[in-house]
Amino acid sequence: MLSRIAESLFWIGRYVERADGTARILDVHLERLNQMPRPVQRDVSRQLLGVMGSRPTSDDFGLPELLDALAFNRSSATSIAGALGAARENARRARETVSGSVWEGLNTTWYGLTQHRKDVVGTYRFCHWVIERTAMVRGLSDTTMSHDESWQFLVLGRSLERADMTARMLSTRDVHESGLSWVNMLRCAGAYESFLRTRRASFGEQHAAEFLLLDRLFPRSIVYALSDAEKCLSNLNPAYQRVGFINDASRIVGQARTFLEFHQTDDLMSELPEHMERVQKACARASDAVSRTYFSQAAELSWVGEVS
Amino acid sequence: MSELFQDYANAARRSPAYDEMFDGDNRPRAEYNPVAAALDELNLADVTARADSMARTFLDRGVTFDFAGEERPFPLDIVPRVIAGEDWQVLERGVAQRVRALEAFLNDVYDKMTVVGDGVIPRRLVTSSAHFHREVAGFVPAGGVRVHVSGIDVVRDDEGTFRVLEDNVRVPSGVSYVLENRRAMAKGLPEAFGQQHIRPVEEYPRRLLAALRRTAPPGVEDPTVVVLTPGVFNSAYFEHTLLAGLMGVELVEGRDLICRGNRVYMRTTAGEQRVDVIYKRIDDEFLDPLQFRSDSVLGCPGIVNAARAGMVTIANAVGNGVADDKLVYTYVPDLIRYYLNEEPVIANVDTYRLEEPAAREEVLDRLDELVVKPVDGSGGKGLVIGPDASAEELDALRGRILADPRGWIAQPVLQLSTVPTMSGGQFSPRHVDLRPFAVNDGDNVWVLPGGLTRVAMKEGSLIVNSSQGGGSKDTWVVDGQSESAPIAPPVQPLAERVSVWPVETSWQDRQPEQQQQQQAAAGGEDGNNA
Repeated sequence: MLSRIAESLFWIGRYVERADGTARILDVHLERLNQMPRPVQRDVSRQLLGVMGSRPTSDDFGLPELLDALAFNRSSATSIAGALGAARENARRARETVSGSVWEGLNTTWYGLTQHRKDVVGTYRFCHWVIERTAMVRGLSDTTMSHDESWQFLVLGRSLERADMTARMLSTRDVHESGLSWVNMLRCAGAYESFLRTRRASFGEQHAAEFLLLDRLFPRSIVYALSDAEKCLSNLNPAYQRVGFINDASRIVGQARTFLEFHQTDDLMSELPEHMERVQKACARASDAVSRTYFSQAAELSWVGEVS
Repeated sequence: MSELFQDYANAARRSPAYDEMFDGDNRPRAEYNPVAAALDELNLADVTARADSMARTFLDRGVTFDFAGEERPFPLDIVPRVIAGEDWQVLERGVAQRVRALEAFLNDVYDKMTVVGDGVIPRRLVTSSAHFHREVAGFVPAGGVRVHVSGIDVVRDDEGTFRVLEDNVRVPSGVSYVLENRRAMAKGLPEAFGQQHIRPVEEYPRRLLAALRRTAPPGVEDPTVVVLTPGVFNSAYFEHTLLAGLMGVELVEGRDLICRGNRVYMRTTAGEQRVDVIYKRIDDEFLDPLQFRSDSVLGCPGIVNAARAGMVTIANAVGNGVADDKLVYTYVPDLIRYYLNEEPVIANVDTYRLEEPAAREEVLDRLDELVVKPVDGSGGKGLVIGPDASAEELDALRGRILADPRGWIAQPVLQLSTVPTMSGGQFSPRHVDLRPFAVNDGDNVWVLPGGLTRVAMKEGSLIVNSSQGGGSKDTWVVDGQSESAPIAPPVQPLAERVSVWPVETSWQDRQPEQQQQQQAAAGGEDGNNA
């Protein structure tokens, strides 16, 4: 398929997942932030924004500014609205490749962005709406697109973003002293019920961390997401299934996954932020490698006219 | 008629135009009966709700055109434009005839120019056309076809006679709206569908792909076809994506292509892949910076040389614009006689050639009564309607005509036919034109039954272009009751089809069994229902 289109699909996968992940994180944090005194709110808001990969634009940064930065600011790819806008724009450019229903799902979502109140209460509803809409787009892409190369790029983007998002979420654990409880952390990932069923109610911090980091059956765990990315990479290039990893992306993702899997959970826990940063870096490097391998051909035309 | 038509008769009586739906006695014409009956059942609230829903669907599906950087839905009116089967036969023959003549003309002007030698058309007229490209003279395009796709604009005059308004054989757009309008109308006015046989339009992409494949360079077994778009900011981008999607081919931009050794390749994730047929939706001037505008980055350098070498088919062929020059248009009836030895099936609109002194003198005297158009314009650009223009505008026009008589034609103000159109809570007559689309595979010219009916949304306005606020109507070609409509293949009885499943227990038998299982599970110790 066209390199340019493959790149669009990869980014549709990433942006849709980013909107979903950001909505989940914001939803859970809002509940806590609301219950804090104003000065603490401001600190926590700043730190949360930092974890999500952005910086406050002004000194006067509090809850309303956080809502704008993570939910409604259309010109920033860190916000939900920005991510959904970017996903829609990529789908518009790859419209003949994504299925009609995926395009329509993203398009109507984009039009729906304006219909939400931008206060705290409105943002709760907004987050839930985003979680539903992105689930719909994901479902439609899984059921209405051929699971060929185009879909593999979409899922590759989705998996890398998901590993990155779970890592960011786990980093927020240390954002503030009061700390996000593990119950809320699990809720962020939509993992609370499956965790309870897996571990029963008798759990401690370590088990919850293990679940989100290492569970091989829970789809939003880091190890699960990284294995998904590995699968996509090997489907995209079956030649590498035999020996070695000429493909940089496969090597980076595989290293990150095995590093986590072969570490003692105790060690991981004691240096959680460092490990989570490592996962995020691996995701970024893998993304670059994919782009070099498959998309670089779509480089801008470097034509210079004969007559200047 | 329903309340919606209450004032229609009065409004229609004031207009000298031919009304497509009602005859002089205010009765629906035969071909409009099912539509009239369907509308009769509806009240204002129904129609408004349906119109809103259709508009919403278009926005959701992204059926839009890009207007000054803004995506706008193309307004679709709920009353279709209906054409009787026998009228359509004439149009179909006339359009195909015109395409064949223009194809022959293009082959001739880029080769021996016998048409000039035989005195049918002046040489100066051909060579001075803005879209006559010497760059492509002297070679036959791979696949042998130049006008793969065309849109021949026709209108009905006040007598109800169809006349050709202009030919579009470069990159005629609008066929995507024909396809989308039909889908929307099936949901918007379903009552009218069951009563009659409306010729389907969904064949178009298949026909187009077949024609493109058929005209691939010789020797290519399984040609790779692509659609070339200028990109997401082009006003017809939606159409490009729709056609590529429906044909199942790649939609490429210039930067996706690369020419090497007179071959064209596209950049894919698996490396470079050869391209054999390019359905280009870019103007010639932007196609190849080596041949045309060197500052263009929309196209791909080398593509014209590849076509010249016969390694790639470009559809439509480069240089076609000379055939839809509006001055050449005035000669098309002569071209039909000259190349085909036939009489034209559809007449032209009477047209003054302003480079002829006598005609020019007359036109300059009567500027306020005529429509004046630039010969190489499209989308209604530069057009001046005399009766609507101010004295200053007419003076400026006079100056422009005198400075460049070759650049202009003039026509009488034509009362385009009208169709009832929803506006301000009721139906009013609005002017329409029609663009039938034809696909030419080299042996056959196939005309899509229907085409795009564009409608001027403002009262009395004759300008139907989408870029000027026009809307559209679904165009139905209906076969008359007297003719035998094609009969759908008999549907296999349901019982026969389901019987291939081995049915051991019926659903009713199974239900208690399932309930039992569920109850057992709920009572068990692993259950989580408690």
